[in-house]
Amino acid sequence: MARWKGGSALTSMGALFGITLVGLLVLPFLALVISTPAADLRAGTNHPLFAPALLLSLRTTLTSLVVTVLLGTPLAWWLASSRSRIARVTEILVDLPIVIPPAVVGVALLETFGRQGLLGPMLGTIEVSIPFTTGAVVLAQLVVSAPFFVQAAANAFRKVEPDALIVARTLGASPPVAFIRVAIPIAIPGLLVGASLAWARALGEFGATLLFAGNMPGRTQTMPLAIFSALETDVRLAVVFSLVLGAVGVVLLMALRFAPAVRRSVTRSAP
Amino acid sequence: MTSWHVSVKARIGTFDLDVSLAGDARPVALVGPNGSGKTTLLRVIAGAIEVQQAHVTIGDVVLESTDQNVHVPIERRRVGYVPQGYGLFSHLSVVENVAFGLSHGPNRAPVRERRSCALRVLEDLACGHLADRGVARLSGGEQQRVALARALVLNPELLLLDEPLAALDASRRRAVRSFLAERLKAFSRPSIIVTHDVRDVAAIDAAVVVLHDGRVVQQGLLDTVRANPINDFVAEFVAAG
Repeated sequence: MARWKGGSALTSMGALFGITLVGLLVLPFLALVISTPAADLRAGTNHPLFAPALLLSLRTTLTSLVVTVLLGTPLAWWLASSRSRIARVTEILVDLPIVIPPAVVGVALLETFGRQGLLGPMLGTIEVSIPFTTGAVVLAQLVVSAPFFVQAAANAFRKVEPDALIVARTLGASPPVAFIRVAIPIAIPGLLVGASLAWARALGEFGATLLFAGNMPGRTQTMPLAIFSALETDVRLAVVFSLVLGAVGVVLLMALRFAPAVRRSVTRSAP
Repeated sequence: MTSWHVSVKARIGTFDLDVSLAGDARPVALVGPNGSGKTTLLRVIAGAIEVQQAHVTIGDVVLESTDQNVHVPIERRRVGYVPQGYGLFSHLSVVENVAFGLSHGPNRAPVRERRSCALRVLEDLACGHLADRGVARLSGGEQQRVALARALVLNPELLLLDEPLAALDASRRRAVRSFLAERLKAFSRPSIIVTHDVRDVAAIDAAVVVLHDGRVVQQGLLDTVRANPINDFVAEFVAAG
């Protein structure tokens, strides 16, 4: 890159800004680690709230992720391959939960699935009640996290050359075979990124879950809600819970960053 | 000798395509300015674009006839297609790319047979040594050979090549051109090649079809077209050699 007069001053200022931001992003997590003695960690992970909340978080986020991928993959493919106005409008609608505060999503879900909500009476006739159940936790996670997957998956599918699919078809592949054997593998790094982002978002979901599913230990109390409950009684317990949830997030981030590279190296070394 | 006939009349988006072509085993070079409908025509023949009115036959087989309500799906047309940029499957190795057509549908073969058949075609195109390489690590000329091997492995009735030499630099182009000419001679079935280079036409001894705005404006052997170019584009095209 060409250097220009005053460039080094700008570079130094840019570096300072960058370091400040990295510090702001990393420091809180360092504080969590530093402020948690091993004894607290043992006590916290043995607390009766911990295991049920962690297991519920993992169970519900995996369920919402599977549903997101199953429903979101065909939608993302359509958004990537269609040039219609309906597709562009749908894309904006799918992105809505990203910009709407989670608390608003929670209220909106209550207004949709609550007893007095839009679909409440209809669900009542078949004796189905969603709010304040584990299903509500999954639904809240699905609504707030699915847009991240759909957005990333659509971008990944846009990188699949239409010619590659035409060639696959001329080589005898039906449309589903061409999609599964050509489009999906080419788009897989982007799909993994989208799935990891969606999972991370679901794992951290708080506001919509609290309003739509409540905070019932063992039933609707996920890890973020358990942290909220712990904060009211024992700050040190909340710190341990936060540290564990943060560690799960770090593992996710690693998977997000390194899975495509690992996959590439495995593919390269394959006979 | 296999004869073929293509007749298409269609509006695709805002583009009108109105083309009628026929030929035999002699390669046909489709030339014309950008946007004249060359790639669209290849895709219509391959069956990738559905059109309002079309009739496509290869030998006695009707692949498309809107009059007779016939539409053979793309995967059953036995048409080999090498697109611009080759469209190689980046997640597969060279041999897996070539064996792709043998791994599903009516041409599905046992795994060992798939590999040996793909290797045979690769050897035939002098690139057997590339078999286990990732396609991203191939040069332009190697990619072209692999794409050609992949198209040939199913023994197609018609070969469609969209600017097969465009991605190569000048020195590679000369070598690959004579290789392509040899292969097309050995193929001895109909082929349609889109090109912007009159040297390709001469090397493969193709009949020339000039497209302009979705219509055939001139066709014939290269010498005939050269003697009487119908417009400035054709005059410049034949003079470039």
